[in-house]
Parts: sequence; C-alpha cells; structure tokens
Amino acid sequence: METLVQAPAWVRERREQASRRFAEVGFPNTRQEDWRFTNVAPIADAKFALANGAFAQAASLIAGVKVPGALTLAIVNGRFAAGLSDLSAMPKGVRIAGLRDGARDGTDGLEQHLAKVFSIDTHPFAALNTSHLDDGVAVFVTSGAAIETPIHIVTVTGGDGKPVTAHPRVLVVAGANSQVRIAQTFIGAADSVYFNNAVAEVVVGEGAIVEFYTDQRESLQAYHIANIQAHVGAKGVFASHAFSTGAKIQRHDIGIGLKGEGADCTMNGVYLADRERLLDTHTSLDHAMPHCTSHEIYKGILAGKAKAVFNGRIIVRIDAQKTDAKQTNRALLLSDEATINSNPQLEIFADDVKCTHGAAVGQLDEEAMFYLQARGLTRVEARDMLLHAFAGEVLEGLKIPALREQIEKTFFTALAQDVAVSA
Amino acid sequence: MLQVTNLKVRVEDREILKGINLTVNKGEVHAIMGPNGSGKSTFARALSGHPGYEVTDGQVLYNGQDLLDMDPDERARAGVFMAFQYPVEIPGVNNAYFLKAALNAKRKHDGVDELDAMDFMKLVKEKLKLLHVDDSLLQRSVNEGFSGGEKKRNEIFHMAVLEPTLSLLDETDSGLDIDALKVVSEGVNAMRSPERAFIVVTHYQRLLNYIVPDFVHVLSEGRIVRSGGRELALELEEKGYAGQTAAGARQ
Repeated sequence: METLVQAPAWVRERREQASRRFAEVGFPNTRQEDWRFTNVAPIADAKFALANGAFAQAASLIAGVKVPGALTLAIVNGRFAAGLSDLSAMPKGVRIAGLRDGARDGTDGLEQHLAKVFSIDTHPFAALNTSHLDDGVAVFVTSGAAIETPIHIVTVTGGDGKPVTAHPRVLVVAGANSQVRIAQTFIGAADSVYFNNAVAEVVVGEGAIVEFYTDQRESLQAYHIANIQAHVGAKGVFASHAFSTGAKIQRHDIGIGLKGEGADCTMNGVYLADRERLLDTHTSLDHAMPHCTSHEIYKGILAGKAKAVFNGRIIVRIDAQKTDAKQTNRALLLSDEATINSNPQLEIFADDVKCTHGAAVGQLDEEAMFYLQARGLTRVEARDMLLHAFAGEVLEGLKIPALREQIEKTFFTALAQDVAVSA
Repeated sequence: MLQVTNLKVRVEDREILKGINLTVNKGEVHAIMGPNGSGKSTFARALSGHPGYEVTDGQVLYNGQDLLDMDPDERARAGVFMAFQYPVEIPGVNNAYFLKAALNAKRKHDGVDELDAMDFMKLVKEKLKLLHVDDSLLQRSVNEGFSGGEKKRNEIFHMAVLEPTLSLLDETDSGLDIDALKVVSEGVNAMRSPERAFIVVTHYQRLLNYIVPDFVHVLSEGRIVRSGGRELALELEEKGYAGQTAAGARQ
C-alpha cells in the first residue's frame, strides 16, 4: 500500500473519511428500498483482489474501441495509463491530468473538486470508490473554450484470468461558457470476471455545455457499478447519454444537481439486457433553482430471462419555481420471462411547475412486424428494424459517429446471438 | 398464376370465407367486390399471410407453389404484394431505408445484385415522378403522420419500386379524393403487363373506371356469388348489392 503514503494529506483525508463511511454502511442489501431488486451479494461474497495497474489484453482492448480523431485517455484497472493514451489530438483549452500525478504535483482545481461533487453519504459504492482514491483522470476545460475534439476515456479492467476489482475515477471540470463532449467506454476481456466500481464527477460551469456519454460494454460476466454525479451552474447545459450492453449485473446511479437558474439537463439512456443479466438504473434529478428544464428518456430492450430496474427520481425544491421536467421510461420485452421494475419518483415542493412522467412496457407491435414482413423482410430483419427505431431516438443523441457505429454494432450483435440461443 | 380452391378462412372464432374458388392468369386484372362484411378484405389478407387469418381448408397455388405454406415475407420475396387498406405507422423507421431493405431482400431472392444507395435513389426518383409523390415522404418515418391519401400513394409507390408479380390492392380507393384516385390508378395502369396480375378489392365501382378490370367477382357471405366482365361492376353500381346473394346467383 505504498500509494497511500505518497498521496498528499487532502487525498488521504478524503479516502479515510470514505473508508469510515463504508465501514459503517457496508454493502447494501435487498431490504433497503434503493436496492430492493438488485442483490449485490455476489459482489460482496466474492473475494475480488485489488487489480494491478496493467494486464496483458489492455492494449488490444483499447485499440479495439479507439475513435479516430479523438483524444484517447486510457484508464487500466483504475490507473491512468499515459502510455496507452493518445494525446496527439490535444486541443487548446483542455488540460488533462492523471489523478495520482496531479495530486502529487498540486494540479490546479483538483483539490477543490475531487470527491467534492459527490457526497459519499449517498451511495455505499461511491464511498468504497473514494476509500480507494488513488488514480484516474481529470479533464479541465478552460472558460470560454469550445472543444471540437471528442474526449474518449477508455476504461479497461481485467486480471488475466484472476477476478479483480478496480475503482476508476473521473473528474471533469468545464469552465464558464465552455463546450465539451466526453465519452467514457467500459470494456474488459470477453467473459472475464471482475468487479468495476466507477465514479465520475462533472462540474458544469455557468453557461457551459457538457455532453457526457457512458458506453458500458463490460464483459458479460462482469459486475459494473457506476456513479455519475454532475453539478450544473446557471444557464449551464448537461446532457448524459448512457448506453448499456454489457455486464452480468449493472447498477448505474446518475445524479444531476441543477444548481443555478436557467440550467438545462438531458438524461437519456438505452440498454439491452438478455440471458440472465440484470441492468439497474437509478437516476436522480435535483431541481434546486428556478427556471430549469430537464428531459429524460430511458429505453430498454429485454430478452431471455433478463431483469431491468428503472428508478427515476425528480426532486423539485421549494425555490425551483417554473421548473419544466419531463421523464419517459419505455421497455420492450422480447420474451415472456424478461421483467422490468419501473418506478418514477416525483417529489415536488414548489407549486408553479410542470412535471410529467410516463412509463410504458410492451411487446413488439405485431401489426408493424407484419407490415414489414409483407414487404419482404424476414421476421428477424423486421424485428431488428423495429428495435433499431426504438433505440434510435436515444442512440441518435450520441454525436460521435464512429463511437455510435461501434455501439450500434454491439447492440445488434448481442441481439443476433440472443435469437440464436432461443431458436 | 394463382389458383384458389375451396379456400376457407377463420378470423378469431368466425368463419369468414366459406370456400372461395378463383383462377387468375398472367396479365389479368380481377376486381373483388361486395358489401361490407362479405369477406373481400379477408380474402386479400389471407393471401398475404396475415397471422390473424387462419386458413382452415382449401388450397392456393401461386406459380405452382403452395402459397399457404409460405411465410408472409417469403410470399413477398416471391413477388406477392399487398397494398394495405390501413397502412401501419412505424415511428423511427425511415421510409426510404425500409424500402431499400425490402427491394434488396427481393433482389437477393431473385439472384440479382443488390442496389447501392445511388442506384436505389435513381430508381426511386423515377417512380416518385410517375406517382406525383412528394420527395419528403421518403425521408419521413414509414406512414407516420401521413394523411390518408399520402398513405395510399405510399403503398402504390412501394408497389412501383418492388415491381411485384401479383398485387393485392385492399380497398386502395377508400378515403381517396378523385385526384388521388386518378394518380393511384395511373400508377397501377403503368405497371399492367402480360407478366403481371392484380386483384383489386373494392366496395365501389368508381375505382374500376380508372383501373379497368378483365373480370369482376361479387363476394357475399364468404362466397363468390357472381362473376362476370366489367359490365357486372356497372350493373352493381346501378342496382346495389341487394339481391347479390348465393340464391340470386342461380344463372
């Protein structure tokens, strides 16, 4: 544990605080409301060893998802890997820091923001991550800079056959009136077993526009827990788009605090769950100030014996007059054995607000299927076309075409395999 | 091309078609007429393979193949086309993208090269002009938010692009004004050829002023009760369907 000694006092302090917190609360269980449908006992019971900084397949995994023209930041088993990163496209107005080196070197802004956006009280796994705060990556965008180059954080995890755990950490600080597009991809070796416990913190300055894409393509035997927390300043815009096709158990917690007047937020997601996988998404939107708007669409495709959980919480605080919040959750069940638990959770304390929510769970529209078949498409082709249309509304939000192609391909490869299994 | 023998079809628990016999040869246009509930749309939908229409008896041969043994998409790729009475709205599926997939599925089946995006657009532009269809329909989701007339034109546009061997037109005239009716009819007439056949299902004689049939069949209570030439349609217009029952078809 040499790293613990090297870290500056403020890092050690935050780590220890989180460590105490996690010791208090421990792993959650299904008696807790927030974890009712997601049993994390397989994670708690397994003895995952803390991963080393490197493993054999890391380089090829990163190469496989690399987006041409993007800035590639590699995180291998929680450690920022400068050697596997590609900073050749580094645009003006962006500062990148590995968290370990940055903390040692006193990188500007790190102490101010790291582990400050997230409250360790809200989530045991975030506390667990912070208790291991050691490395990761920070992205700072200078005020007023409009960054065209996409920033792609590739997070790979694995132990060359050994079940390992990692706690990757990301911090994004976008200065006032800046603009940036950031994607975080999670991958691991196919069918390898590991537990990835990620945290990302995002600070959106006044008038800044940040698009944040989460691309979860973990191994189908992996456990993936991720927490994203964003604070959005006045007139700032934050858009989170989450695409999930991987992991045996996924739990995403995305929390967005609209902290200044006139802020706007989009929180979209699409996921594909098949086999006996469980994908759980908990979103939380905190409207703290007046005149803020939020739009949320989550869509799920479920096959096999998959389970999904969607919990969408919207809090409109007493000062948040003229709030306009819209939430939609839709799911398509492709088999009789797939299930979803969908739970909108609106807590409204202001009186002059507009909040709508809707949830719909259904099967494929058989009349539409017949129409497509009657023009010559096979049943599988017709189904894929309808699923593509269903997911398209969210996938189109991903404004990095090369990455979108990769994700779409993953979606439909997974579906094709599922058909083969059930045929 | 098509031989229907003693076709019986059930929808849910009701027998709708009670033994249809019909032969359609290459180059012919057959009109199926009849009052509401006579089973004429059921006939078209059963031929297209709609899963809600259960064939309980009879045989349908299409170019020597057992049509009833084929899935709806196999029928389509083999050249059977159905213009829907109520075209389905499919949000999120681009009309041009879908039509290209459908055309290439058929071309692949026919053993000809699939069209690339450029050749496809060239073909499509020709057909659009022929049918006076607006370009914008191409880039919209299939039938989504289309007016009644646009939906029917889009059906005929699909037909023109897919160039089927046997076309089933299920009440294509319903809900069309006279201008749209003319355009749709011109589209059908342009496709008439010695190699193709059409079955036109309609309640009204009006359509047959524009698409002139070779044969007219009157359906009543699930059976063809009269068959004749075009003059039969004119007679029906004058006298109505009253009396066109199995009993009234003695001669």
